[in-house]
Amino acid sequence: MRRLLIVAIPYLWLLAFFLVPFVIVLKISLSDTALARPPYFPQLDLYAGWTGVRDFLSGLDLENFAFLATDALYWKAYLSSLRIAAVSTLIALLVGYPIAYAMARANQSWRPTLLMLVILPFWISFLIRVYSWMGILGQEGYLNQLLIGVGIISDPLTILNTNVAVYIGIVYTYLPFMVLPIYASLGRMDESLLEAAEDLGCSRFQAFRLVTLPLSRPGIIAGCFLVFIPAIGEFVIPSLLGGSGTLMIGKVLWEEFFSNRDWPVASAVAIVLLLILIVPIIIFQRNEQRRQEAES
Amino acid sequence: MHRILASVLAASFAAVSVQADEVRVYNWSDYIDEALLAKFEEETGLDLIYDVYDSNELLETKLLAGGSGYDVVVPTGTFLMRQISVGSFQPLDLSKLPNHGNLWGVVAERAAAYDPGNAHSINYMWGTTGIGVNIEKVRDALGENAPVDSLALVFDPANMEVLAECGVHFLDAPTEMIPAALKYIGEDPNSHDPEIIAKAEPVLQAVRPYVQKFHSSDYINALANGDICVAVGWSGDVLQARDRALEAENGVEIEYNAAREGSLMWFDQMAIPVDAPNPDGAHMFLNFMLDAENMAAASNYVYYANGNLASQKFLAEDVISDPAIYPTEEMLGTLYTTTPYPPNVQRTVTRMWTRVKSGT
Repeated sequence: MRRLLIVAIPYLWLLAFFLVPFVIVLKISLSDTALARPPYFPQLDLYAGWTGVRDFLSGLDLENFAFLATDALYWKAYLSSLRIAAVSTLIALLVGYPIAYAMARANQSWRPTLLMLVILPFWISFLIRVYSWMGILGQEGYLNQLLIGVGIISDPLTILNTNVAVYIGIVYTYLPFMVLPIYASLGRMDESLLEAAEDLGCSRFQAFRLVTLPLSRPGIIAGCFLVFIPAIGEFVIPSLLGGSGTLMIGKVLWEEFFSNRDWPVASAVAIVLLLILIVPIIIFQRNEQRRQEAES
Repeated sequence: MHRILASVLAASFAAVSVQADEVRVYNWSDYIDEALLAKFEEETGLDLIYDVYDSNELLETKLLAGGSGYDVVVPTGTFLMRQISVGSFQPLDLSKLPNHGNLWGVVAERAAAYDPGNAHSINYMWGTTGIGVNIEKVRDALGENAPVDSLALVFDPANMEVLAECGVHFLDAPTEMIPAALKYIGEDPNSHDPEIIAKAEPVLQAVRPYVQKFHSSDYINALANGDICVAVGWSGDVLQARDRALEAENGVEIEYNAAREGSLMWFDQMAIPVDAPNPDGAHMFLNFMLDAENMAAASNYVYYANGNLASQKFLAEDVISDPAIYPTEEMLGTLYTTTPYPPNVQRTVTRMWTRVKSGT
């Protein structure tokens, strides 16, 4: 009984906070937009009994998904989001790994302080931190003032409202999510392995490549997921820092929902986004599991 | 178990049910003198919760979803009209609005085109959609005779290519930008004919590459800081940018012009959602804003004209006598109004706007 309860809790969680919302969104994605409250049709009329359910079901169709396929905007936005998320993840990895490495190699007594410093930005609202980048990157912003003042450039750089600003925003915001898991996996590493590698004739770089890097692999994978997945659906950063040329699916989704008042199409966009994310992740997880089983 | 569940449910319902001593107002951003909010709380003893938005579309989505929780909202006429048609608002109870007599017939009459008989709304502010420029930067770019009061400034690609260097923002409002583009090519800005509306797309697409951002509130600060040199925006917002630049003493000089070809004239109407938790409090807020001195204070602060005749004697000189705020008779003649698109045309319009913004 007790075991059943323990197993049931995560499933109940999944049911209440994933499956039920998913079914609601799926239902809306199959209906048609209407000028009404709420703005879609058909509505499930439970008072009408079975005929109500039948009428409701016959009103559903895949029209919105067909519409997504015909309009180039959507697949362009998906591809562009994938690219922005992938590039941001790569940059975050390149920046985050050395940070995590340095933290893990730092003196024991320093580590809690360093860890605190990585977490500290979370004490300030995410929105305010993104907003402050607007002040830094603007045409008359601090960065341009500094560069002009020092004499590196003579005309201000246009960074705000371009994709470059979006990359900066995403890498900055999600960097801790990259650093922390890598730090965790490096911190657990047995340092005598490195001594052994060097005793056996590895250079320091070889030891890093052959020992440290493979051992931090779980941290790298976790970090990449934690950056990539939220980045792909990111809405706040592209809408504040991005410009008219920034095409991201989160923005398209928001626009369908709020500006165009087209809930059914917005729901269809969300469902497709979910499939794009979930299917590769499940395949990846399967492979990882198989690999780990093969190793042990 | 049941009792625990019941008490949890009761607690959560108690949290969402609104107390009668609370009024929730949802208004446009940068659209009121915040001293008035404190004054309202002081006079009535009610708690005022004041939230802001920057697009009609966003407000409409909340209204149509139902249960927005707001007691007073301020949609623009065209949106109000459509929202009335789906029953989003409750009729006003004039007996609870003793200051109703302060309203200005001229504005109420025009607003009645959207709200028949003015049954559901009162005018808050009205204004025009025109062009804000950083006069120095635009003259540097296009010469002394830069057409700062013409739609050609923002719809002629030759001008825009040059202006892109110093930055241009457009409103993220299809129902205002598309009529403006139609006006520029000499078509009826209020056309509901999809073939006519389609003619706006090439005009917008031709200048889109030079538009830094489509946004409906960022341009106030961007203009004031000198980050951009041109914005298609709302009259009072541009004038607020002018003031912020003056206060900051940063040397930025902003000017607002309605387009000489004709600009959109719009009316922002205060209305009470049908499911407002506190309709009595909503009427009290409306009546408070109908007070001549309060309304004048709001206009003096945000640089928009209002629909309150009695307030005019309390208006600051630089408000009542500024033709950018209270247009002259002659200018009034060039202004146009629009009516909401029918649903099928609306979809064409929003799709076109998405294509324009994303450049696809």
